[in-house]
Amino acid sequence: MVSTVDRLRPGGAHLFHAATLAGALALFLVALLTDWAYWSSYEIQWSNFASWLLVGAMVLVSVAIICEIFALVRGGRSVVHIVVLVATWLVGFFDALHHGRDAWAIMPTALVLSVIAVVLAFVATWLSFASLRAGGVR
Amino acid sequence: MKCSSLNVLPLAAAAMLLAACSKAPDLDQYGASPKLPEPSRGVMPDMIIAKPAPWDGQVPIAPQGYTVSAIATDLGIPRQTLVLPNGDILVAEGRGGHAPKLKPKDVIAGKIKAKGNTSVKSGNRLTLLRDADGDGKYELKTVFADHLDAPYGLALVGNKLYVANQGELVRFDYQPGQTHASGAPVKVTDLPSAINHHWTKALAASPDGRYLYVAIGSNSNITERGMSAEVDRARIWQVDAATGAHKVYATGLRNPTALAIQPGTDTLWAVVNERDEIGPNLVPDYLTSVREGGFYGWPYAYWGQHVDTRVMPQDPAKVAAAIVPDYALGSHVAALGVAFSAPTMGGQFGDGVFVGEHGSWNRNPPVGYKVVFVPFRNGRPSGDPIDFLTGFRTKDGKTRGRPVGVSVDPRGALIVADDLSNTIWRVTPTTAAAAPATTPPAPAASAPAPAAPSSAP
Repeated sequence: MVSTVDRLRPGGAHLFHAATLAGALALFLVALLTDWAYWSSYEIQWSNFASWLLVGAMVLVSVAIICEIFALVRGGRSVVHIVVLVATWLVGFFDALHHGRDAWAIMPTALVLSVIAVVLAFVATWLSFASLRAGGVR
Repeated sequence: MKCSSLNVLPLAAAAMLLAACSKAPDLDQYGASPKLPEPSRGVMPDMIIAKPAPWDGQVPIAPQGYTVSAIATDLGIPRQTLVLPNGDILVAEGRGGHAPKLKPKDVIAGKIKAKGNTSVKSGNRLTLLRDADGDGKYELKTVFADHLDAPYGLALVGNKLYVANQGELVRFDYQPGQTHASGAPVKVTDLPSAINHHWTKALAASPDGRYLYVAIGSNSNITERGMSAEVDRARIWQVDAATGAHKVYATGLRNPTALAIQPGTDTLWAVVNERDEIGPNLVPDYLTSVREGGFYGWPYAYWGQHVDTRVMPQDPAKVAAAIVPDYALGSHVAALGVAFSAPTMGGQFGDGVFVGEHGSWNRNPPVGYKVVFVPFRNGRPSGDPIDFLTGFRTKDGKTRGRPVGVSVDPRGALIVADDLSNTIWRVTPTTAAAAPATTPPAPAASAPAPAAPSSAP
C-alpha cells in the first residue's frame, strides 16, 4: 500500500507536467500547419492564427520548464530533459517574435522555426512521457 | 524611456534586443533622390516612445524674428485647422480608427504607442477661434459644431464648409462671421471606413470649387490585414461637390495625411507617410504633387521601383508603373500637415510649404517632432527643408508636443495644431505682429488660404 501512495503524489505532478508538454506540442504543430497554410495561400488570417497559437504554446512550455525544474530538484531526472525544453522555449520565443513581422516578412523563417519548434517539442514530450512510465513504478 | 518593449519581454533575449536598439546612422534623406539603404529589421522593431512632458509656460522655438504663442489650449485632440476668410480659425478635433488587434504584437505595440499620445477624450467637434481686435490673442473659443465622428479634413468653398469625418464627407452652410453651425451637417458621400487603420481623411477643394479631394489612408502598414482590407484604400478620391459622386484620382499613396492646392498652378499636393519596419532609414515620407491617374507604389513598391517583398502575391506590372514622388522629407518623420506659404510669412519663408511632422515611433534616434519649411523656386521644391518650429522634445528626451496640421493665415501667421499638448500654436513674423494692432484685419484675404483655395476672392 505504501507504494500506491508514493505513486499517486508524484504521479499528479507528473501528469500535469505531461499535459503541459502534450498541449505545447499540439499548439506548435497547429502553428506549423497554419504557417504552411499562409505559405501556400497568402491568406493573412492563417498567419494571425499562428501568432496566437505560438503564444499559447509558449505559456505551456514555460509551465513545463517550471515543472521540469521541480522534477530536477527532486532528483531522478536526466538533465537532457531540461536542455531540450529550454531549446524548445528559445526557438518558440524567437518564432513568436518573428511572427510579429508584417505580412510576408515572416517568410520563410517563420516556417523553418516552426518546424524546429515542433521537432523539439516532440522530443521533449517523448522524453517526459518515457520517464512518466518509469516514475510510475518508482 | 529607451526601447520600451524591453519591459514586456523576458530577459533571455536582452542581448538580441540591445542589438536591435542600437542607434541608427543619420542619413540626409531630403529632396528628389534620397539615399535608400537595404531593408533591414532587428528581432524587434525599433520603438522609442518618449514620455509626454508639460510645456510649463514655454513655447516651441521659431527662427529669429518670429514670435510663437499658444492661441488655444485644452482642446480635444486638435488635428487640422482652417483659416476662414474673416480670420477666424476652425479646428478639427478627434481621434478615429477602429482597427481590431489581430496579433499579439498589436496588443503589445498598441499599449506602448499609447504612452506617447494624449489620453484626452476625442473631441469629435469643430472649435472656432476668433481674434476680433487683431491683437494676436484669440479671445473667443467656441464650439462651431459637435457630435462629429473624428473630423479631420476641412475646406471652405464659397458658403459651404466641408468636413471629412472618418467615415463620411459632410457639408455645413457657412456665412462669414458665423460662430455656430446653423444646422446639422448634410452628408455629401460616405467614405471608406471599414477598419480605418489609417483613419484620417484629409481634404482639399479644387480652385473652382467643383471638386473635393479626399485622401484615404491604407488599412495596414504593409498589407498585414490582408489584401481584401485594402479595397478603396491608399488613394485620393475626387468627389463632385454637387452630387457626391467620386472617381479615383490617384492610387498607391500609403497614408496621404494632408492635401493642399498650390496657388498659381492649382496643382494638388500631398504629404504621404510611408511604410514602417524595414529599417530606421526606410522609407522616406514624402511631399509630392499628385498626378491624376498616377500610382505611387504602395503596397508593391516604394520610392519608384523598390520592391517591397513583404507583399504577396507581388505585382511586377504595378512596380514598373510606380511614380517616384517629388520630394523626400526623411524616414519616419510622420508628416501630417502641409500648407503653402504666402509672402506675408516674410524673409526666406515666403515661397514654399510648411510641413507638420508628428514624429517617429519606429526609429532610434527619434526624428520629426517639428515643423519644417520646404523652400520652393519656380513652383518646385528647391533645397533642403529648414527647421521652422522646434523644441517639441525636451533635452532629456521627453515630448512636449506633436505637430499635426499646419495652416497659413494670409495675414502672416502659421497656425500649428499640437495633438499631444492639445494646443494651437501661432507663429508670426515679429515685425508684422505689431502691424495688426493699427490695421484691423481685412475682411477678405488677398492671397488664398491653402486649405480653402476657392475661398479666395
